Amino acid sequence: MNQPILTVDGLHVAFHSQRGEVHAVRGVSFCLQKQETLAIVGESGSGKSVTAKAIMRLLPKQSTSIPAGQITYAGQNVLALPPRELQSLRGAEISMVFQDPMTSLNPTMTIGQQLVEGISKHQRLDKAAAYEKAVNMLQLVGIPNAQERIRAYPHHFSGGMRQRVGIAMALACDPKVLIADEPTTALDVTVQAQILELMKSLQQRTGTGIILITHDLGVVANMAQKVAVMYAGEVVETGPIAEIFYRPKHPYTWGLLRSMPRLDAAGTEPLIPIPGTPPDLARQQQGCPFAPRCAHVMKVCKHFSPPLTEVSSGHTAKCWLLDQRAQQQERLAGVAGG
Amino acid sequence: MRTLPATGTSPHEITDDLFVHEPVAAEVAMEVAASAADAPWKAALKRLGKNRGVVPAFVLIMVITVLAFVGPLLTPYTYDGQNVAHSNLPPKISGLGWLGFDGLDSNGVDLYAKRNITEAHWFGTDEFGRDMWTRVWKGTQISLLIALVAALLDLFIGVLYGGISAYYGGKIDNVMQRIIEVLVGIPNLIVIILFILILEPGITSIILAMTITGWVGMARIVRGQILQLKGQEFVLAARSLGVSNSRIMFKHLIPNAMGPIIVTLMFTLPTAIFFEAFLSFIGLGLQAPLASLGVLINDGYKGMRLFPYKLVIPAVMISLIMISFNLLADGLRDALDPKMTK
Amino acid sequence: MRLYFLKRLGVMLTTLFIIATVTFFLMKLLPGTPYSNPDKLSEQQLASLNQKYGLDQPLPVQYARYLGNLVQGDWGVSFQFKGRLVTDIIFERIGPSVLIGFQAMVIGSIIGLGLGILSALRQNSLFDLGAVTMAVLGMSIPSFVFAALLQYYVGVKLGWLPPGLWEDYSYSILPSLALSVTVIAAVARFIRTEMLEVLTQDYILSARAKGISEFGVVWKHVVRNSLIPVVTMLGPMAVSIMTGTLVIEKIFSVPGLGEQFILSIMVNDYSVIMGITLFYSTLFILVVLLVDMIYGILDPRIREKWGEST
Repeated sequence: MNQPILTVDGLHVAFHSQRGEVHAVRGVSFCLQKQETLAIVGESGSGKSVTAKAIMRLLPKQSTSIPAGQITYAGQNVLALPPRELQSLRGAEISMVFQDPMTSLNPTMTIGQQLVEGISKHQRLDKAAAYEKAVNMLQLVGIPNAQERIRAYPHHFSGGMRQRVGIAMALACDPKVLIADEPTTALDVTVQAQILELMKSLQQRTGTGIILITHDLGVVANMAQKVAVMYAGEVVETGPIAEIFYRPKHPYTWGLLRSMPRLDAAGTEPLIPIPGTPPDLARQQQGCPFAPRCAHVMKVCKHFSPPLTEVSSGHTAKCWLLDQRAQQQERLAGVAGG
Repeated sequence: MRTLPATGTSPHEITDDLFVHEPVAAEVAMEVAASAADAPWKAALKRLGKNRGVVPAFVLIMVITVLAFVGPLLTPYTYDGQNVAHSNLPPKISGLGWLGFDGLDSNGVDLYAKRNITEAHWFGTDEFGRDMWTRVWKGTQISLLIALVAALLDLFIGVLYGGISAYYGGKIDNVMQRIIEVLVGIPNLIVIILFILILEPGITSIILAMTITGWVGMARIVRGQILQLKGQEFVLAARSLGVSNSRIMFKHLIPNAMGPIIVTLMFTLPTAIFFEAFLSFIGLGLQAPLASLGVLINDGYKGMRLFPYKLVIPAVMISLIMISFNLLADGLRDALDPKMTK
Repeated sequence: MRLYFLKRLGVMLTTLFIIATVTFFLMKLLPGTPYSNPDKLSEQQLASLNQKYGLDQPLPVQYARYLGNLVQGDWGVSFQFKGRLVTDIIFERIGPSVLIGFQAMVIGSIIGLGLGILSALRQNSLFDLGAVTMAVLGMSIPSFVFAALLQYYVGVKLGWLPPGLWEDYSYSILPSLALSVTVIAAVARFIRTEMLEVLTQDYILSARAKGISEFGVVWKHVVRNSLIPVVTMLGPMAVSIMTGTLVIEKIFSVPGLGEQFILSIMVNDYSVIMGITLFYSTLFILVVLLVDMIYGILDPRIREKWGEST
């Protein structure tokens, strides 16, 4: 395997709120290869967005801290970069598409101004050339009439068109890594598919590595090669897409899959929601964070954090069920899992 | 801080017997999962308490209000009782000499000793020998009263007008809105001054003059709120159940619009206090011997160079009241309606 | 868009008409006469004076004549200053008021914006706490209290600046400062709230994500977008300055319009009161219209709403 372009290793993020420390991300690790799409899935509040913002160092300085962990991009420690170098990284090497295209564009600047702003920051182009590049980008993301539309303001665009602009802005300087933070959640279903197709085709052309953050496993199946399932600030299971979809090992992943509608199941299986809600991250925790909601919970889960177990090459999960002792018990009891 | 309830004592090492299925009791799981959700007003109260300014402001308003009524009773003097022998005495409070309440005039002469006066006037006296302590609290009382009545009148008219305009909508709303549009175009101070001119000067005239323009702001807030609420499902549901208009208005719409109404009301109070003082200061306010804070400031201003205390004491009083009301209103706004921050 | 402004113009004219009417009838209701010594005048003198000023005509005639003259720019003559035109008095008095009002606005805006922007960028710092406290004090303490204190301490006790009257430029400084306090406080509070709001917006994150320098983000995105709504404050600001000039000119004996207004009120000079009232109202209405136009130019979303609302 070749060298990963982006590595996140044991990342911890804490928020300082009035109620005390909230440990939103607790030891997240993953890596991204060139031209690969890694999907991070999980419920809201599982820390996936925070992880993404941490990679871009977009978390508010006053209220957050990163007590442990490393983010490495092309051999550089992103967390230690001085402001100036960080700025030349953002947008040019790693860029980001945001969840809500309605709010992620400045309402008082034209699309063109906002595109050119990033382009002229990173590329040595005069104004006319930067402008032309902006028009090209708009054409590339499928905005008709780009020459004229570039002078329009964000509120002239529909949600889907705005997200195309967002993607154009993110890809304007040919970044190596694109972080897409729920890029289709705020859009209509039909538009969602178009945006995903667009991202896919652009990736094939440019070879960008994509980190796709989503709670929609349907999107994952369509886009990603690798999946990291996050729960309560931890990656509870990660692996190649086929492994996760066909041989999931973590009860939470089981739950996610069962709560997802599937076309191939032809409506014979009922959708089963996962009972309960994620734990309050402001509280101290003991044991596996999923234990209170887990149908297969064991005594050990309540007291000890499960270790990371490698199931097969590249497929790991954090669950006591994978422990030999549990499997023995299971066999004895004759309980069927999955 | 709560940890997961464990059966028996917490184990210290991972042993084989821990690997047995042991579901978490349903109610425990729910308890762990659900975060406490407060009733809206409880949450608002909590946010209010967290605001740094609110508690001291509230305490100060309470103290000032109580003193406005009790203060004048603490001295043997009345607010209009003149005594030439006691004229222009500086403030004197035994024990508070270091704060300036030492009975010395601007030349450092103890006028009390000089004139052989044994009683102490805590805030001094004015040129007619009237006790300033009594007058200041009496003035505060009148200023607060004017503000309160004016604010309540604004509230009454504003809720009625805004409510009717928004609730009936259509032509009625259109006409009523045009009227408001014209009214907001008129600088209210000018209208207030004109009305004061034709009315007999006095407390009632000031209140009426302030109400003539004051209700417009409240009416606009109420209308905006009700228009917004009117389209929401719970109102449609009530209407489809055949609930009467007035009941929908008073049971569904107004209670839900209460937050912004209270906030607007709270901001009306300092504005009214300011206007009263302003009018009195330019000579259009209350007539002697009645006192309001504005009248006292005006009187004090005239004698400022020789007797600064006559200006400073009522000026500090009005500033304290205004600061407290503004802080309280700010806090209420943040607590009741985080979106209304402008 | 043109229709929008035509509509606005209609409302403006209606407002002015109503103000003129209300002022006229209120003046008629006013107790007292405009003549300085009505007791000393004989019946005949009174009648001839009334005839001279048209006061012997029936009310509707007086009203119609008044409106007609108004439109033609004839705002009548002062009763107090024999035979002087109201318009002349206004133009003679407006200078000092405009000077101190303008200075107060400039001082207030610059200091207010500076304080507000810095404190928003350092939210919850000691500086922020100080600025917020100052803003609350500035909003709460009536401007005439400030004026009186400034006059006493800076003007009389320290003697740094003239405490009153109107001779050279230095006489305008204390009144302007006193007038600017409220403006500083209001502007600082407004821009601070606005900035804090903008700082939480997603488009600020996306600007940062583009790699723009922190200064660029703050300046081009945060401050720019927060400044736009500040324009809406110009209306209330104009009112607060107008209100302020009334008392502050009285305190500092500035020969401005505000001082004249109060003087005319004291002596029942109807025509001058009416004239200044109309003048103030027109000014206020124009400021509001101007503010709306500037707002529309700065914010594309507002501009397009004009088109929709027609």
